[in-house]
Amino acid sequence: MLKIKNIQTFYGNIQALKDVSIEISEGEIITLIGANGAGKSTTLMAVSGIVPPRSGEIFFMGEPITDMEPDKIVSLGICQVPEGRRIFPYLSVTENLDMGAFLRNDKAKIKKDMEYVFDLFPILADRRHQAGGTLSGGERQMLAISRALMARPRLLLLDEPSLGLAPLIVKKIFEIIGKINAENNTTIFLVEQNANLALKVATRGYVMENGRITLTDSSKNLLANEDVKKAYLGF
Amino acid sequence: MDYFLELFLGGLTRGSIYALIALGYTMVYGIIELINFAHGEIYMIGAFTALIVISVLTLMGMNTIAILVIAGVVAVIYSSAYGYTVEKIAYKPLRNAPRLSALISAIGMSLFLQNYVRLAQTPNFLSFPNLIPDFEFIKPYAHIIGSTEIVILITTAVVMVLLTILIKFTNTGKAMRATSQDKTMAMLVGINVNRIISITFVAGSATAAIGGVLIASHIGMINFYIGFMVGIKAFVAAVLGGIGSIPGAVLGGFILGWTESFATGYVSSDYEDVFAFLFLVLILIFRPAGILGRSGKHEI
Ligand SMILES: Nc1ncnc2c1ncn2[C@@H]1O[C@H](COP(=O)(O)OP(=O)(O)OP(=O)(O)O)[C@@H](O)[C@H]1O
Ligand SMILES: [Mg+2]
Repeated sequence: MLKIKNIQTFYGNIQALKDVSIEISEGEIITLIGANGAGKSTTLMAVSGIVPPRSGEIFFMGEPITDMEPDKIVSLGICQVPEGRRIFPYLSVTENLDMGAFLRNDKAKIKKDMEYVFDLFPILADRRHQAGGTLSGGERQMLAISRALMARPRLLLLDEPSLGLAPLIVKKIFEIIGKINAENNTTIFLVEQNANLALKVATRGYVMENGRITLTDSSKNLLANEDVKKAYLGF
Repeated sequence: MDYFLELFLGGLTRGSIYALIALGYTMVYGIIELINFAHGEIYMIGAFTALIVISVLTLMGMNTIAILVIAGVVAVIYSSAYGYTVEKIAYKPLRNAPRLSALISAIGMSLFLQNYVRLAQTPNFLSFPNLIPDFEFIKPYAHIIGSTEIVILITTAVVMVLLTILIKFTNTGKAMRATSQDKTMAMLVGINVNRIISITFVAGSATAAIGGVLIASHIGMINFYIGFMVGIKAFVAAVLGGIGSIPGAVLGGFILGWTESFATGYVSSDYEDVFAFLFLVLILIFRPAGILGRSGKHEI
């Protein structure tokens, strides 16, 4: 479904991605793990068209999207929940969700989907008129995921959804990630530093170091891999 | 009491025009954090366009109200086209450049448009006919308010209500607010940010053109330089209310209008223009974010 082929990405003269290749099939959950500054977020931003690669190619459903405008990429069904959530602070919860559905015109179905995300996260329903900027960290993460779901994505890019959240909320968010994948067959590309958690929900994983993919395998093998254990699993 | 009322309504009229033009500054600032110095010139071009249309249609012997409406519509379309083009030529290429570059480009654009109109039209003052009829119902109150003022107040109110509906309730308006709060995230939800920026320039220019036609009818004279002073005052109004805030621009416009009106009425007309700049200095010292402004990220 998504095919990233040998991309190189630069910020000015600094090379952030070196010859990165990643492939995801439809319906899969895969994860990309790595330390701070490895280039994980840059990879997602390249897919979303925010930081286009200098060379290499990206295909979605066989179509090249390497130099496509970000809004075109969203219209193909690729949505990102970026690092830091980036909730619109002065828009209400409902308006944030409306923005998630910006490219859709089917009013009735949008309303239904809003009910669906309010079912997933009932706390958001209670806060629906509140400004996004007044939400707690956990609520923001829920809203960020809900906002992406409002676009009915075929491929969901999630950047460190567990960051800064209490264990209980992390557990809930990961349950819902599994649920979204199972119920809607949404393909999920999960970036995480919490490798333990990520490898449990994903079927395969990629390990990134200094802008390079250094290892890729099934989650089971990665969880058993000595190097991965030492570097990312904390034992 | 009548004198006070006259000054009050005069200030309201003046203030509503400042507000109309201040809206353009504030919307553009809200979305790309640029002081669009060429905004006053867009309003001046609106007034010139209207004058040309009025002259032609008057020769054809049309009904005056119809002429006024057509002139207004043409001015809106023409100014919008200018606003759109100015953004594409002078600001869009500099979107990722240091902010000072875009500011210099804005000042350049302002000077360019002034001199373009000066050369293409005339450096002289032209008289602008007031086509607003004298309403019968206003006669008894003629000592405190005239027909022109009434039309200005009503038009301004209608424009403001429409603009508020656009920004608060339509999808485009929500996208404008989203874009002003976080451009990257706006792109990530599928908003075409370039299009939203263009729409903002068009909306601001259209509002300015309406202001231009109204003020020209009120004062009765225009030249290529009228955008400068009114532009600066509207800018002060926008800063006073809190640049980036729409209710702030309206409030700032009214406060400035009243101050000028009362100061000329009770003190002396010699100091009229001084107050705008006195205000600007005071705000910058005591409340840099303006009355309704946010000191952090701006909302439009
Ligand atoms: N806008 C930018 N300008 C310049 N350099 C950048 C920019 N964004 C990221 N970088 C650099 O690119 C490299 C990769 O950053 P990236 O954000 O992709 O890492 P990451 O793996 O997501 O890290 P983290 O886990 O901390 O989020 C880092 O060295 C970072 O300093
Ligand atoms: Mg990151």
